[in-house]
Amino acid sequence: MGNPAGLVKAAPWKDPGVRPYVEIEHLTKSFGDFKAVDDVSLRIYKGEIFCLLGPSGCGKTTLLRMLGGFETPTSGRILIDGEDMTGVPPYERPVNMMFQSYALFPHMTVEQNVAFGLKQDRVPKVEIAERVAAMLALVKLDGLARRKPHQLSGGQRQRVALARALVKRPKLLLLDEPLGALDKKLREHTQFELISLQDQLGVTFVVVTHDQEEAMTLAGRIGVMNHGEIVQAGTPTEIYEFPTSRYVADFIGSVNIFEGKLVEDEPEYVRIRSDELGGTIYVSHGISAAPEATVWAAVRPEKIFMSTSAPASADNAAHGVVQDIAYLGDLSIYRVKLDSGKVVRVTRPNTTRHAESITWDQPVFLSWDATSPVVLTT
Amino acid sequence: MRAPAREGSATGLGKRLARVGVSGRGLVVALPYLWLVLFFVAPFVIVLKISFSDVDLAIPPYKPLLQWAANHTLDVRLNFNNYAFLFTDALYVDALLNSLKVALVSTGLCLLLGYPMAYGIARSAPRTRNLLLLLVMLPFWTSLLLRVYAWIGLLKANGVINNVLMSLGVIHEPLAMLYTPFAMYVGIVYSYLPFMILPLYANLEKMDWQLLEAAEDLGCRPWQAFYKITLPLSRNGILAGSMLVFIPAVGEYVIPALLGGPNALMIGRVLWDEFFANRAWPTASAVAILLLVLLVPFMMWYQNVQARESASEP
Amino acid sequence: MNARRSFFVLTALAFGFAFLYLPILSMVVFSFNASKLVTVWDAANSPTLKWYRALLDNEEILGAAWISLKVGVINACGAVILGTLAGFGLARFRRFRGRFTLSAMTTAPLVMPEVITGLSLLLLFVALEQAIGWPAGRGVTTMTIAHMTFSMAYVTVVVQSRLSSFDISLEEAAMDLGAPPVKVFFVITLPIIFPAILAGWLLAFTLSWDDLVISSFTSGPASSTLPMVVFSKVRLGVSPEINVLATLTITVVTTMIVGASLWMARLEKAASGAPET
Ligand SMILES: Nc1ncnc2c1ncn2[C@@H]1O[C@H](COP(=O)(O)OP(=O)(O)OP(=O)(O)O)[C@@H](O)[C@H]1O
Ligand SMILES: [Mg+2]
Repeated sequence: MGNPAGLVKAAPWKDPGVRPYVEIEHLTKSFGDFKAVDDVSLRIYKGEIFCLLGPSGCGKTTLLRMLGGFETPTSGRILIDGEDMTGVPPYERPVNMMFQSYALFPHMTVEQNVAFGLKQDRVPKVEIAERVAAMLALVKLDGLARRKPHQLSGGQRQRVALARALVKRPKLLLLDEPLGALDKKLREHTQFELISLQDQLGVTFVVVTHDQEEAMTLAGRIGVMNHGEIVQAGTPTEIYEFPTSRYVADFIGSVNIFEGKLVEDEPEYVRIRSDELGGTIYVSHGISAAPEATVWAAVRPEKIFMSTSAPASADNAAHGVVQDIAYLGDLSIYRVKLDSGKVVRVTRPNTTRHAESITWDQPVFLSWDATSPVVLTT
Repeated sequence: MRAPAREGSATGLGKRLARVGVSGRGLVVALPYLWLVLFFVAPFVIVLKISFSDVDLAIPPYKPLLQWAANHTLDVRLNFNNYAFLFTDALYVDALLNSLKVALVSTGLCLLLGYPMAYGIARSAPRTRNLLLLLVMLPFWTSLLLRVYAWIGLLKANGVINNVLMSLGVIHEPLAMLYTPFAMYVGIVYSYLPFMILPLYANLEKMDWQLLEAAEDLGCRPWQAFYKITLPLSRNGILAGSMLVFIPAVGEYVIPALLGGPNALMIGRVLWDEFFANRAWPTASAVAILLLVLLVPFMMWYQNVQARESASEP
Repeated sequence: MNARRSFFVLTALAFGFAFLYLPILSMVVFSFNASKLVTVWDAANSPTLKWYRALLDNEEILGAAWISLKVGVINACGAVILGTLAGFGLARFRRFRGRFTLSAMTTAPLVMPEVITGLSLLLLFVALEQAIGWPAGRGVTTMTIAHMTFSMAYVTVVVQSRLSSFDISLEEAAMDLGAPPVKVFFVITLPIIFPAILAGWLLAFTLSWDDLVISSFTSGPASSTLPMVVFSKVRLGVSPEINVLATLTITVVTTMIVGASLWMARLEKAASGAPET
C-alpha cells in the first residue's frame, strides 16, 4: 500500500524534542456503566493525518466528538496546542468537524454554507467573499456556489462539508467517516484529493474510518481501536508489518495465525513448534517471552510461497491440498488445507495471462522466509 | 400485472361503469366530493345570496332574491344595503378590527408558549416524547366548553386564583379578571395551544439536530444556532400552527361570550347576536361573507404551507 | 439528548403543562366540594358525592346527553366512511380532476370559524326545505349532517397522513398477485390504516360531542345537545353539576385515549413488523 503523504514527511513522533499538537491524556467517556472510550492516551503532531480505525461501535465517533467539544469526557483531558480544552464549548474551540452525515444547512446555498463560520467570526465581508471563493475553487465547486444542498450529488455535498470546515482554517480538522457515503471509485479518487488538500493547507487531520484500506491510504499514522481502547498506534507499515497483537494483525489485512509453543528462544532467532502447522516455525529475530510459552506466529498470505516441489528447509514449510481458488483479476486467493486440517490463505499475483499451473485438489508445498512471520504473545 | 383472463368477471362492473365514463377511482372520491360540494360549498352560495336580500318579518326572515315577475322575466334584486349597513355602523368594523387584533395577539402568545414546548417535546427521549404528546392532546379531546368553564371558576372575583392570592396576603381586594380582555386572551390561548404545538412538533420532529452541532462547531452560540438554523427550518411549522390558531380565533364565539364580558366585541359574537337575537339573517349573512372574504387568503396560504410540508417529507 | 434541553425549554414545558392541566384539576377537585359556591371549599362537608347524585337526577342534562350520544355515534360512523374515502383518494390517486378542489374542501373546514359553517349550513337547510321539502324542520338529522361535514375533514387528514406514510408496494404486490383493487383495499389497505380509522372515529365523535356553535345553528327546538344545555347553564353562572360533568368527561376521555393509544401502539408495532425504537 502506497502512502505518499506519510512517506515524504519526517516522523515527529519519533523525535522526543517535538511538542505534540494534540495531547489526549487518559481520556475516558462512560455512558452509564458502559465505557465507550476507555483510558485513551494519544499524541498527534502538527500537520499529520491521523486515522482512527476500528470496528463499528468501538468508540471512534465518541472520541472525535470529545475532541470537537460535543461530548464531555468523564475523566482525562485534551490539550490542543498546549491549551487545556476541558470546559471549552465547541463554538470556542480552534477545531472544526466534518460530520458523518455532512450536516449541511438545507436552507442555505453552497456559498452561504461555506461562509457561515466566517460570518460567525465577524470576518469582514470582502474577506469572506475572497476566502469562500478560493475555498470553493480549491474543492472544485466554483460553478455550484448558488445551489442548495439538495441539488448536489453525494460527492459534491461531501466537498461542501469539507470546504465549510476548512475555510475557518482550524488548527485541527476532525473528519467522521468523510467518504462513507461515496461509492468505491469516487471514494478512492477523493482520498487522494483529501491528501493533497491537507498537504497544501497544512491543517492537522484526525480522520475516523472503519475502512482499513482508506486508513492506510490517508494516514500518516493509524490508531487501531477496539472496545474503547487504542490497541496500537503507528504508521501503516508498522501496523501492517509489525502488529503487536493478534487483534491488530487480524483486523488489518488478512493473516494466517499459527498457534504454537516456544521451543528455542535465542537473542537472534526463535523456533516455534506448531501443531496447527504440523512443523516448526523459524523466525530470524528474538522476542521476549517465557520459554515454553504459548505464542502465535502471524504470516501474511502474500508472503507465502506455493509450489509443487518440496522446499529445501524443514522449517517454515507445510504440505496441503488446494481447496479453493478465487480469481480477483490482479491476484488470486488460494485456500490450502494443510495435512493438520488447518486452512491457510495464500495470495499470488497474476503476473502472466495464462491459466494457472496450480489448480483445484492439487497437492502443494507452502513455505516462507524467516523474516516473514511476526511472533505475537497476546 | 393482472392476468388478462381474470379481467372479465372480476371487473365486469368496472368495465360497464367505465363505458359510461365512471371509473373505480371516480367512485371512491365521488361520494366525499359530492357531500362537500352539497354541504360545504353550496351553503356559501346561499349565504351569499341571502346577504343580498332584504330583511323580512317572515319565516324565514328574508325576501327571496329571485322572483318571477308577472311578465315572465326573471327579476333579480341585488341589494347591497346589508353591506353598506356594515360599514355605516361602526359596531361591525370595530368588531372586525378587534377580532383581528385579538386573534393576532393570541396567535403570538400561543407561539411564544407553544414553540418552546414543541421544541422540548421534540428533543426529549422517544418514550417521554410520546407521553408528553399525549398530554398535549388530552385537553383537546375534552370539551372546549368545559375547559373554558374551568377558567370562570379560576378567574371569578371569589374564584380560585383570587382566593389563593388573598389567603397568601399578596392582594387584599379580589382582582377583576373575569369578563376582561385578559380573561379572553387566557381562554383563547388555553384552548388553541394544542393547535399550535402539534404542527410545530410535527415539523421539529423531522429536524436533523446534528445541524445545530455543526453550527456550534462553526462558532455559533446555542441561541445563535437556534436563531439561524432551527427557526428558519421550522418556518412551515410556525406558519401552519399560526394559521390553525389565527383563522378560527378571528371568528371565535364561545370564549368571548363566556370570559370576555358584555364589552368583548368580537365579530363571531356580532354574527351570533344578529342571527339569534335580532333575527337579521341577511345582516348575519353579510357579516359571514365579509369575514370569509377576509379569511380566505389565509386559508389558501395555510393550504399552500401544508402542501409544501408534505412535499418535503422523505 | 436530554442534557441539551435548556433550562428555558424545561421551564416552558413545566409552565405550559401546568397551564393546560391546572384548570382541569381544579374542576375535578371542586366536583367533590359540598358548597354550592363552587370555588369556595367547604371543608366541613367535603369531599362529597352529592353533586354526582344531583347530576344523575338531572333529566335535562341526561336527555341532552342522550341526543349528543346519538348524534355523535351516527356522525362518527358517517364521517369515517366519507373521510376514509377522501383520504384514500387524496393519498393514492396522484392526479384526478378536482383533486385540488377536494383537498381544499377537506382543509378548509379545519380552520373555518364555526359561526360561518353553522350559519351557512342552517341557511342551506332552510333553503332546501323551501325548495324540496327536505329536511322537514331541524333536529337530529340536520345536526348530524352538519357535524359530519366538518368532522370528516379531520378524518381525512388522519387517514391521508397514515396512508402516505406506508409503503404503496404492499398494495402493488397484492395486485401483482392477482387481487382486484377492491379486494386489495379490504384485505391489505384497510387493516393497515385501521388505527387511523379508529383514531378518526374517536376524533369525529369527540368533535361532535363537544360542538356548541354549529349545533346551535342547526338544531331544532326539541333537540338541545349537551353542550347547548351546559352553555345556557354556564351563562347563568357557575354550577357544581358542571364540575361533575367535566370530571366524568375527563375520566372517560382519559381512559379511552390512554387505552386506545396503548392498543394502537401495539397494533402499529405488529403492522410494521419492527419494534419501535
Ligand atoms: N449518547 C450515548 N448514550 C449511550 N451510549 C452511547 C452514546 N453514544 C455512543 N454510545 C455507545 O458508545 C459506543 C461507541 O459509539 P461510537 O459512536 O463512538 O462508535 P463508532 O466507533 O463511531 O461506530 P461506527 O463505526 O458504527 O460509527 C457504542 O456502543 C454506542 O452504542
Ligand atoms: Mg461513528
